[in-house]
Amino acid sequence: MTGAVAPASSSNSSSSISAWWWRHQRALTPLILLAPACLMFATFVIWPLLQSLWLSLYDWDGIGPKTWVGLGNFVELFADPVFFTTLANNLCWLLVYLAAPMLGLLLALFLNQGVRGIRAARALFLMPFVISQVVVGLIFAWFLNADFGLLNPLLAKVGLQPVAPLDNERWAIFAVIMAGLWPQTAYCMVLYLTGLTGIRAELIDSARLDGARERTVLWHVVLPQLRPVTFIAAMVCVVSALRSFDLVMIMTAGGPYNSTNVLAYYMYEQTFLSLRYGYAAAIAAVLFALMGCCVAFFLWRMLSRERA
Amino acid sequence: MFPAPIARAPRPTRIAYQAALFAMLAIWLLPLFGVALTSVRSIDDLSRGNLWGWPSEFRLSENYAAVFADQRMAQFILNSVLITAPAVVGAVTLACMAGFALAKYRFRGNLALFVVFIAGNLVPFQILMIPVRNLAIATGIYDTRWALILFHAAFQTGFCTLFMRNFIKQLPDDMLDAARNEGLSEFQIFRHVVLPLVRPAIAAIAALTFTFVWNDYFWSLVLVQSDDVRPLTAGLQSLRGMWLASWQLISAGSIVAAIPPVLIFFFMQQHFIAGLTSGAQSD
Repeated sequence: MTGAVAPASSSNSSSSISAWWWRHQRALTPLILLAPACLMFATFVIWPLLQSLWLSLYDWDGIGPKTWVGLGNFVELFADPVFFTTLANNLCWLLVYLAAPMLGLLLALFLNQGVRGIRAARALFLMPFVISQVVVGLIFAWFLNADFGLLNPLLAKVGLQPVAPLDNERWAIFAVIMAGLWPQTAYCMVLYLTGLTGIRAELIDSARLDGARERTVLWHVVLPQLRPVTFIAAMVCVVSALRSFDLVMIMTAGGPYNSTNVLAYYMYEQTFLSLRYGYAAAIAAVLFALMGCCVAFFLWRMLSRERA
Repeated sequence: MFPAPIARAPRPTRIAYQAALFAMLAIWLLPLFGVALTSVRSIDDLSRGNLWGWPSEFRLSENYAAVFADQRMAQFILNSVLITAPAVVGAVTLACMAGFALAKYRFRGNLALFVVFIAGNLVPFQILMIPVRNLAIATGIYDTRWALILFHAAFQTGFCTLFMRNFIKQLPDDMLDAARNEGLSEFQIFRHVVLPLVRPAIAAIAALTFTFVWNDYFWSLVLVQSDDVRPLTAGLQSLRGMWLASWQLISAGSIVAAIPPVLIFFFMQQHFIAGLTSGAQSD
């Protein structure tokens, strides 16, 4: 008996639910679609970010209780010579990485031709970007190795003295950055190649008809049109420069004497070697502040483009 | 076209260009070439200092077999696959849903949410290390593949959503309204109208995300520690300790680690580049 009644009532209520759903689906669909992505992003990115900043105000060994120290970690940080070395190295990394857009532009101009095999050539130029930084680091660590590296026999062939850049406190950082510049330049190259296909040919043609030299055309017609690309290339380089970790870990492990250490790696060391989680979080906070300046600038530019 | 097409230049210029192109490419890929060459050398060549000359004997199969002689190598590759594939599927799924919602529905906080996804994606992810690791430990997924799968899926969602949102925004609104008038529900529109049209975008973000996750090193150091779950990038570094100065093995191992992303790149080149340069295309 009840079995006969139940389906009728359930179909009745389900039809009222479906009618309700049909009326509100346009408002609810985006919320349902967004919920999983927001939940995941909040759990693994946004919330940890806030926790990291909060943790920088504590003293913690990772296991025991946390002790509130206020800005104590930051006070200590600003008296820590290694911190300043790593900060300077990150800034150095940032500055040298800004060469990648320039080199990438030159490479893109060189490759923006329609000759046979150019597509394959472009793909091969992009290869360093596709392979892991671990592999890039291994390749360069060995390439530059003083004793059994590939570079010194090559130098000897052209009559030059052997070098040991990775053992040199002054030059090691540049050797590591150079390794990073290799894939980074490839990335910028492909950005500019895409940008070059989008520029307006009629402006170039009319400038040429007016008798403008190629260099003038590049400077006054091509580069202004590539400005959005330059902006993105620069931003991508800034982001990678602040994320530098893999190459440092693989090539030098921060040495010799911290001369190649960067903020991200120093933070890693403070966490797992010194078990100073709070201090490490303070280093992360500095890295975040550095990033914050860049991201704020980037977003401001992007939103003003969106509105325009 | 800028610079002026070389095809219209006189013959000697064209030949000079081809030669210069070849020379540049050779220099650019010299480190890779050196490693590939070394991966087929004998240990004798290395100790004699024959690093650039013709190999005295080719030991391709021996060296690569030696790399796989350590059982862990196959395990690392398997781990990389078992981590990368679900992470890519997860990130792409989340991004399709979120990207559609952000692109085609007006609601309060839409733009703010979009900005959060972009900003989160730009963060130097090392900052998240301590809390994410603690979260993994607290939930019991530390030192399992799930830790890496979930983190990568979540983190890559930022970039993927940005890309999907911009792609879906270009689809005409009239088309969606027409589907609504036909009586399709919002989910049916998503499933049967939008998804088939964004296949190229899915291919682009899938190829890119695969490469990013496969190549990740930092999180495989932080979120896992045992060889049973460790992916190839971190595994290679631990095998390096065992191989010491056997550079022919390190080279062969590096080549093995580089092959999957390189294959993806060459097979999906157009999609890969479209994803990589999405911001650089003129609208």
